[in-house]
Amino acid sequence: MPTVSVKRDLLFEALGQKYTDEEFDELCFEFGLELDEITSEKEILIREQGGEKAEGASDVVLYKIDVPANRYDLLCLEGLVRGLQVFKEKLEAPRYKRVSPADGGEPQRLVITEETASVRPHAVAAVLRNITFTQERYESFIELQEKLHQNICRKRTLVAIGTHDLDTISGPFTYTAKPPGEIRFKPLSQSREYTAAELMSLYKTDSHLRHYLHIIENEPLYPIIYDSNGIVLSMPPIINGDHSKISLNTKNIFIECTATDLTKVNRFTLIITVCLFVCFNTFFILFRVEEAEVVYPDGRLSVYPELAYRTETLSGDFINKRVGINESAESIAQLLTRMCLRSEVSGEGDLIQVEIPPTRADVIHACDIMEDAAIAYGFNNIVRSTPRTYTVANQLPVNKLTELLRQDLTAAGFTEALTFALCSEEDIADKLRKNITETRAVHISNPKTADFQVARTSLLPGLLKTIAANRKMPLPLKLFEISDVVLKDETKDVGARNNRRLCAVYYNKSPGFEVIHGLLDRVMQLLDVKPGRNQGYHIQAAEDSTFFPGRCAEIFSCGKSIGHLGVLHPDVISRFELTMPCSAIDIDIEPFL
Amino acid sequence: MADTGLLEALLRLLEKVDGGIDSQDVAADLGVDHQLIVGAVKSLQALGEVISAEQKSSKRWELTGEGREIAEQGSHEARVFNAIPDEGLPQNELMVETIEDTVRDKLQLVQKGLSAKLEDKEKNELKKRKLLSEVTVKSYWITKGSSFSTTITKQETELTPEMIASGSWKEKKFKPYNFEAMGVAADCGHLHPLMKVRTQFRQIFLEMGFTEMPTNNFIESSFWNFDSLFQPQQHPARDQHDTFFISDPALAHEFPQDYLERVKQVHSEGGYGSQGYKYDWKIEEAQKNLLRTHTTAVSARMLYKLAQQKFTPVKYFSIDRVFRNETLDATHLAEFHQIEGVVADYGLTLGNLMGILHQFFTKLGITKLRFKPAYNPYTEPSMEVFSYHEGLKKWVEVGNSGVFRPEMLLPMGLPEGVSVIAWGLSLERPTMIKYGINNIRELVGHKVNLQMVYDSPICRLDS
Repeated sequence: MPTVSVKRDLLFEALGQKYTDEEFDELCFEFGLELDEITSEKEILIREQGGEKAEGASDVVLYKIDVPANRYDLLCLEGLVRGLQVFKEKLEAPRYKRVSPADGGEPQRLVITEETASVRPHAVAAVLRNITFTQERYESFIELQEKLHQNICRKRTLVAIGTHDLDTISGPFTYTAKPPGEIRFKPLSQSREYTAAELMSLYKTDSHLRHYLHIIENEPLYPIIYDSNGIVLSMPPIINGDHSKISLNTKNIFIECTATDLTKVNRFTLIITVCLFVCFNTFFILFRVEEAEVVYPDGRLSVYPELAYRTETLSGDFINKRVGINESAESIAQLLTRMCLRSEVSGEGDLIQVEIPPTRADVIHACDIMEDAAIAYGFNNIVRSTPRTYTVANQLPVNKLTELLRQDLTAAGFTEALTFALCSEEDIADKLRKNITETRAVHISNPKTADFQVARTSLLPGLLKTIAANRKMPLPLKLFEISDVVLKDETKDVGARNNRRLCAVYYNKSPGFEVIHGLLDRVMQLLDVKPGRNQGYHIQAAEDSTFFPGRCAEIFSCGKSIGHLGVLHPDVISRFELTMPCSAIDIDIEPFL
Repeated sequence: MADTGLLEALLRLLEKVDGGIDSQDVAADLGVDHQLIVGAVKSLQALGEVISAEQKSSKRWELTGEGREIAEQGSHEARVFNAIPDEGLPQNELMVETIEDTVRDKLQLVQKGLSAKLEDKEKNELKKRKLLSEVTVKSYWITKGSSFSTTITKQETELTPEMIASGSWKEKKFKPYNFEAMGVAADCGHLHPLMKVRTQFRQIFLEMGFTEMPTNNFIESSFWNFDSLFQPQQHPARDQHDTFFISDPALAHEFPQDYLERVKQVHSEGGYGSQGYKYDWKIEEAQKNLLRTHTTAVSARMLYKLAQQKFTPVKYFSIDRVFRNETLDATHLAEFHQIEGVVADYGLTLGNLMGILHQFFTKLGITKLRFKPAYNPYTEPSMEVFSYHEGLKKWVEVGNSGVFRPEMLLPMGLPEGVSVIAWGLSLERPTMIKYGINNIRELVGHKVNLQMVYDSPICRLDS
């Protein structure tokens, strides 16, 4: 969930009202935001770097507000304020407009060359006019761009946004791709020119930019945007040129967005990006963005941004029935309008026409509109009612059996352990004196540590590790676990299946084979299987590398092998950092369902 | 037990006095060490109401080793004086002719038990000279008990089969038990506290008529874990940083083909009243196997299965492990248990979801609930459930809930009017609160403290 950090006093000033922390928290809660933290720059510095670094830092109160992941339109102070003001019916929802250049001149143009096809073929553009920055608004602008990069742009892997002071450059602009050695410019915040290849090594150590290098690093050509005089605007998605950088005095802004997937750029990102940037004009009541033309390698010309408003028609009855309220169509239209979805009753039955603005790319179905009506109505004003759904409950047979056996195993003096389903290869192979290839283990491709290399194929390692962590406890230690292991199985759609197993260990100064054997007899008694060769159960001597030679038996029930019991091999005991003899039983309980 | 002779001697002494008697005096009277008398008092107390004894402490002055020497042989000065032969030394003729050994006199008074005759100042001065010390003496004030007798009956420790057979228990006196001591630890096994809480949650769902889902499949395909839930393929949850992907077996190889086509269509082009996400949906992405990140993958399988039959309303639940490739801390592990409830029926409302959540949480002893709008890719509306925590005096999040999106349900083939409401929470968090555990590693996994498992009480969630 993205967090937006805003200065409290600025927020209240923009809202035209002061709130106590509790009142504001309440407002956020109703609107679906969360006032996560009340802090200050000073407090943050003290916490992160200690008191000395915080000397002289600002103690202006900051609100950190969690914004739902789908509400890109609330990612800055200006967007938040507008959303809340409309919610409180203090403002009308804005209507964004695309306009032609004011002086009747030609729109700005971005020409895409075919070289981009291999690396980053898509770009769109727009122009913002007559911006006035203050220090706060400037910071908010930069932060919003960064927030969009982190969230909707998926850390620039989908889309990269570049913003430029239009008065320092001149169109038409060219979006092309060149070998890194042939690109040379002075990047943002650097004092000299670098080639693209030099930049990539320079940014290897940059705490911020190094995360984006991989996106183009191994490409033969790097994307690059020039103005008509050959000045570099940006090398997306890495860095802008220093020449066109935005400053406090910037009046007119050229926006370019590039991406590998046009649908994504077009539909979600550019539109929202542009609309959010237009928010900066909120204070001049414009909501206007100037069009820009994009020319594709095939000669096709498109005009951006597409500020597509769409109208959905739905019935008041639909919303009432889904939410569980009983409101008139008019009042529902009013609720929706408070959520920036301008709505009116169409006059035809209880039909409501809802206008979806381009900033609300998250509204893709009538259910999204229904949710907004419910939020505006107030989730906590909805009457809570019990559904009349009549059903009879059933337990899952394997869980029912597990529950019953667990109870009786504790009655037999064994204590239940709860161990991890993921472990290292070593745990299920080397430490048990098995070869990893014979385990049928499922392997994880991206473990962060060795503890998550495989899904366990046996419960035994977990139990032995539990004993190792509890060596100070009085002996004997008697532990069991009934849980799932995971085995590869070609007959399943995913190629693997769980297997419910019962494992128990006895750890004491003597091996206690008879104790574990007695537990087997008790389990079989509980499962109503009598001793016997054919319809009953029996054990017979077996060799298993995990167990001490001559001290291992295979367990058969109704003629089918269900597991092993025996005294553990001394190497197994020492590999789990244990010192005493130990006997164990490991059986599959699924045959008893 | 002290010897019977001493006990009876003590009792005879006690018989003669009207009120009570001090154990110190008994020791003096009988001419035995005080410690023996203390032992005798304890033995008599163990017999029941023969005597009653009250412990008291008093201070007493006692001679030190040096003090005793002086009391016997005279003060150092006097001894020097006495050591001088009659013919003397020139100086003694000058100094004194006779001496009075007051130090010795005073010490002898103390020795005779007459320290009261000395003034405090004198005693303190002798104390400073390390000739006297003040000691605290613990003694008993002994009085007759309600069943006082001067004869001792030997007490039996335990009732035996012979006594029952012969009836001799009627004449015997039994040694009283010490009810202050702990009993012998029960010889039994113990259930794990997290599993005890799991059992209770399972019980609650069963009481509410919910059927248990088959969640015994940790390995899931991206298709069922994400795509079927209308979670787009470029969603951050599908990133390597959040999800454990499987290298072997890397891909799932079997899908309901026509359903898969409908899922592809609703993602890439929309349909069922939806705009869709408008991107290039790839089967390769859906095939990738992973460790399920939520049990909702199983709910999707169950709802798809339900849609293949004539629709009947269902209530499903599951409590099982899910896996996240997340950074670990005191409250987060790579695997945890998710509790999930799902209801599918015609015409279910958001108000119904809140109503059923109210019933569910009431069974957990939580009655004050409120709901916050939230975002979840596969539910709309989505609500976070908050409960008022009386201890913390604030609202805390206790679960997540929502109504499954039509883009998820309709491609499965569920009838248009059917709504599916669902909620989920973790099992670990309520368990940690219930058992007062701050670090999740002390609860789950092999680093658990078995003593905690042995000592944990039964789980009643509503009390």
